[in-house]
Amino acid sequence: MSRTASTTEGRTSQALLIAAAMIFLAFFLLLPLVAVFTEAFKQGIGAFGQAVMHPDAWAAIRLTLLIAAISVPLNVVFGVAASWAITKFHFPGRHLLITFIDLPFSVSPVVSGLIFVLLFGAHGLLGPWLAEHDIKIIFAVPGIVLATVFITFPFVARELIPLMQEQGKDDEEAAISLGANGWQTFWHVTLPNIRWGLLYGVLLCNARAMGEFGAVSVVSGHIRGETNTMPLHVEILYNEYDFVGAFAVASLLAALALVTLIAKSILEWRFDLHHGGAVH
Amino acid sequence: MSSLATPFSVRKTSWRQPSVLPGFGLTFGFSLVWLTLIVLIPLATIFLKSAGMGWHGFVEVGFSHRAIAAYRLSFGTAAAAALINAVFGLLVAWVLVRYRFPGKRFVSALVDLPFALPTAVAGIALTALYAPRGWIGQYLEPLGVTVAFTPLGIIIALVFIGLPFVVRSVEPVLADLGRDVEEAAATLGANRIQTFSQVIFPAIAPALVTGFALAFARGVGEYGSVIFISGNMPGKTEIAPLLIVTQLEQYAYDGATAIATVMMVFSFVILFGLNAWQAAQRRRLGA
Repeated sequence: MSRTASTTEGRTSQALLIAAAMIFLAFFLLLPLVAVFTEAFKQGIGAFGQAVMHPDAWAAIRLTLLIAAISVPLNVVFGVAASWAITKFHFPGRHLLITFIDLPFSVSPVVSGLIFVLLFGAHGLLGPWLAEHDIKIIFAVPGIVLATVFITFPFVARELIPLMQEQGKDDEEAAISLGANGWQTFWHVTLPNIRWGLLYGVLLCNARAMGEFGAVSVVSGHIRGETNTMPLHVEILYNEYDFVGAFAVASLLAALALVTLIAKSILEWRFDLHHGGAVH
Repeated sequence: MSSLATPFSVRKTSWRQPSVLPGFGLTFGFSLVWLTLIVLIPLATIFLKSAGMGWHGFVEVGFSHRAIAAYRLSFGTAAAAALINAVFGLLVAWVLVRYRFPGKRFVSALVDLPFALPTAVAGIALTALYAPRGWIGQYLEPLGVTVAFTPLGIIIALVFIGLPFVVRSVEPVLADLGRDVEEAAATLGANRIQTFSQVIFPAIAPALVTGFALAFARGVGEYGSVIFISGNMPGKTEIAPLLIVTQLEQYAYDGATAIATVMMVFSFVILFGLNAWQAAQRRRLGA
């Protein structure tokens, strides 16, 4: 499409608009990112290494990996099942179901933690019963997992539903009519079709699961070495004025964010997955 | 006659359209149970607990002076940040869709940074920049501008958090906009500014409103990126989500629940209103 002078701006206006946008992005997005890494290495690589190798930091890293390793697969199973039901069948209430799946997006992270405290906390609805049976959920790992699963609940389903809707169900119907059973159809027909979209959803889900702060902060109890995830550990170090330590751990999370962004961009360019509607 | 030949029992039990694909019962049943356990029941507890407080008790803690100051601050700063994002988000989306320049892919990927960067990391990074002796703060301080530990700092954090919502809402609509309408406007003698304000802007306005509403809703509930830069002074720089946490730490569960309920009702109203408005727009455009 040739751009005539009447449907685009002059060179100067273009340059001015681009410059304005870049200055805005540099101040609001690029500079904070640069600040994280600069502050982390401010006192040299030695101080950075010491902060990252500290036993409490290691415990936080291990816990964060554990939480993601539990909550991401749970959301993958749910996301695939929900998308299959919603896109391969027509039934009343489909749209209501999608709305319900999206609910966690519109709830404040703090409130997402609060609801589990109200359910399972010492003064919560099930608190007395849990105490009687010596089950700890709040201020323990199960509570952190629950809050993380809640926060990341829509991520995989949200990616898969539009993708599977677009792909329709002809391939699956063909497979079934050729004698494949349901599992064979899913593994050999559906999964190869949706794998990149699924990976995209997993990436975003994982980034949020590892980085969640508000919800996890409410249910964790901040017990060092036990219920401190990486973002919570950053907060503790920061509040103790250990800025190098805080930024060192934060830089690991920022690196994770960068890897996520790069992988996400590669998926978008290679497999044309970019659908602008997927904003979270 | 074929429709009459359908066995009555099949028609009676299939509330969904028949399909040759298997797995509906399994996937639908599992999804519904999991959704109910993880999302619906926990969310319902908050309303249940609110209802148990009685109207008077609810208002007393949910609309105390301190709570009202917190709502004002949260809603006010979120609205201001969403407005800034509407302007600059539109600019960024415009530049990304319409112009070619070096590093465009990098910039496009960078726009999603707030989605990928943990909020606590964003919070301490912004504080490092805007604290009185920070990278940027040290130059603002002599000018009499204090960013950190004031509502201005909260707005900056919420601009960071909300930007991708506006850019990613506007971008696809702007990309799909046909050049023909702009050419027609030019043929009819409109200059670029007239074409933008009277042809392009009305077409992207619904997407811009969507982006604004999403950024606003997210900003009202935001916690991690704000608490480091806000200073957290009750009545002055204490946002509503932080007040919930403070109440919880003092074992004031009623207060925390009431404030959470007010916030949740508010965000559901925004999203419901947005959905209704979008549906009305689609009907109006006959799409």
